[in-house]
Amino acid sequence: MEDLYSRLMQDVRFEEGLKACMNCGICTAICPAAEYYHYDPRRIVDLVQTRNNNIIKELLKSETIWYCGQCMSCKTRCPRGNTPGMVIMALRKLSQELGYFTSSEKGRQQFAIKRTVGDNVLKHGYCIVSYDVDPEVHPEQGPAWEHYYNHLDASLARLGGELNGSEGPTRLIPGEVLDELKRIFEVTGGHDLYDAIEDASEKKAEEMGMEFKKEGRDFEYYRHVVSADSGCHQCEPEDVRREVYETRR
Amino acid sequence: MKPEGKKRIWAEYQKEIPDDHFFYVRSCIRQTFFAGSEQYFLKILREDLGKDVYEDPRHTTCTGIGYHGDVVPFETIQTVVARHFALATEAGYRHIAISCVTSFGIYSEILETWKHFPETLERTREDLYKATGRTFEVPETISHTSDIIYKFREEIARKAKYNLVDAATGKPLKVVEHIGCHYSKMFPKYGVGGAEFPHVLVGMVESWGGDIIDYPERRHCCGFGFRQYLVQANRGYSLFASRKKFESMEPYRPDMIIANCPGCTMFMDRWQYTIKEIDGITYGAEGHGIPVLTYEEVAGLVLGYDPWELGLQYHNVQSLPLLRKMGIKADPERRFLDRDGSRLPEPANLIDG
Repeated sequence: MEDLYSRLMQDVRFEEGLKACMNCGICTAICPAAEYYHYDPRRIVDLVQTRNNNIIKELLKSETIWYCGQCMSCKTRCPRGNTPGMVIMALRKLSQELGYFTSSEKGRQQFAIKRTVGDNVLKHGYCIVSYDVDPEVHPEQGPAWEHYYNHLDASLARLGGELNGSEGPTRLIPGEVLDELKRIFEVTGGHDLYDAIEDASEKKAEEMGMEFKKEGRDFEYYRHVVSADSGCHQCEPEDVRREVYETRR
Repeated sequence: MKPEGKKRIWAEYQKEIPDDHFFYVRSCIRQTFFAGSEQYFLKILREDLGKDVYEDPRHTTCTGIGYHGDVVPFETIQTVVARHFALATEAGYRHIAISCVTSFGIYSEILETWKHFPETLERTREDLYKATGRTFEVPETISHTSDIIYKFREEIARKAKYNLVDAATGKPLKVVEHIGCHYSKMFPKYGVGGAEFPHVLVGMVESWGGDIIDYPERRHCCGFGFRQYLVQANRGYSLFASRKKFESMEPYRPDMIIANCPGCTMFMDRWQYTIKEIDGITYGAEGHGIPVLTYEEVAGLVLGYDPWELGLQYHNVQSLPLLRKMGIKADPERRFLDRDGSRLPEPANLIDG
């Protein structure tokens, strides 16, 4: 099997994010994700430091690497200057490149992020666009947003903007600029990552016997990945723990 | 300690913020949810302070939410940001003014990466040229737009029409400041006061007459968490973090929250609405919510601009009690208007609406 630790070391964020962890656990103490999920960044760094291929493979397939919210509070506090959040970013990228992300419920959600934010970037030139934040899907946005959304032209005009205008907030990004973005994605591997997420998700949908479409969001697999919640994310990640015990025994 | 030693220690918490000639890059979140804030930042800089701020409409998203949502590779975002540097270079600007805190963190990360791994800068130059034919100079400075308002806070104070004080009693308003995590937790030297003593919003509030509340969870994340909000099944994470902050600040009875990150502003406003709907709980004094304002909105109020042109009505927690307290006369019936100036039906269930 390919040496996964070497693959991780090719990512500068991994090289920069993990120098020599002494396992003090301050990252876990400060971590908002560790308060909410059964999540322990100290443990993840500990596991990665074993350089054990089986353990790293299990991590890439696990739920636990998807719990971090990338606030990066761990970077401020680590006495050794490590950044567990960056180690997580490297793990997530490799998990997607190898198609392992579809093994976990939280990992499968990457497909939804690609179909929303990912597609917005290349279609509109923005990560978020106002007409895509539908109050039906985002009830937490509340009455102020619902009003804004339902009267988008008037609301924006009041604030000095114009939807799809030539300048200012929410201006239209012209086709030739979007073409530049697309070429950047081609040259730098952005398209390859999108394709890896799409291909593995389509395969997973087939395996799960769910409807899948090449575009859009109105189909069974998309609806499933955005809303599925096993209720087990506060539980101990059994698979990784088993690997650790077996390795150490 | 000798003054020279003190100076040296504090030097690393200080930041060079240019005086003029900024290349402005917008924020996906701020322009979507707080378009008035971006427009008033430009208006305040250009008209009130007489500064040169250039915006090239060909600049795009930095792809930052995609990057921290883990669908955009680091090499890609470096090259998208390099394209922005190329547009600045072509226009003759060397100082970047960044509206978004996520973007600001990414620009900081990229500049640091290029210093520590010079080969990544060379690769980015090659990738950008191959993709677009563009070349770029690394900028002299990057500033978050809150840094720039901070720099000119005393000039704004001198032009103030209103201060952050209770107009009836003359007492300072009690203000919670919230700094977006990516402003300085990752790369402290890029933020005013670093990660330990972030002063960027404190400075504004104190210059404009308010008092800052120090509360236990002051530096806790708002809970955006990128994928933790973007994906419906994960949103409990985001709500949980904001709620922890609200419960921690509640005993201090804040009049308002000021934030420098557009995402934090949005979440702390939206989650107050959600908590009120679910549990009937509000966190301000006398059953009110706590209005969450951007620093541009606060600067605009201080300078006497119309709260409804700034966009305060598009927050779930309305600012009417705050405006009354500051002595600002604002007609609530003019909040929601159509393009022709006629009144639109008002949304129901706003907090303090």
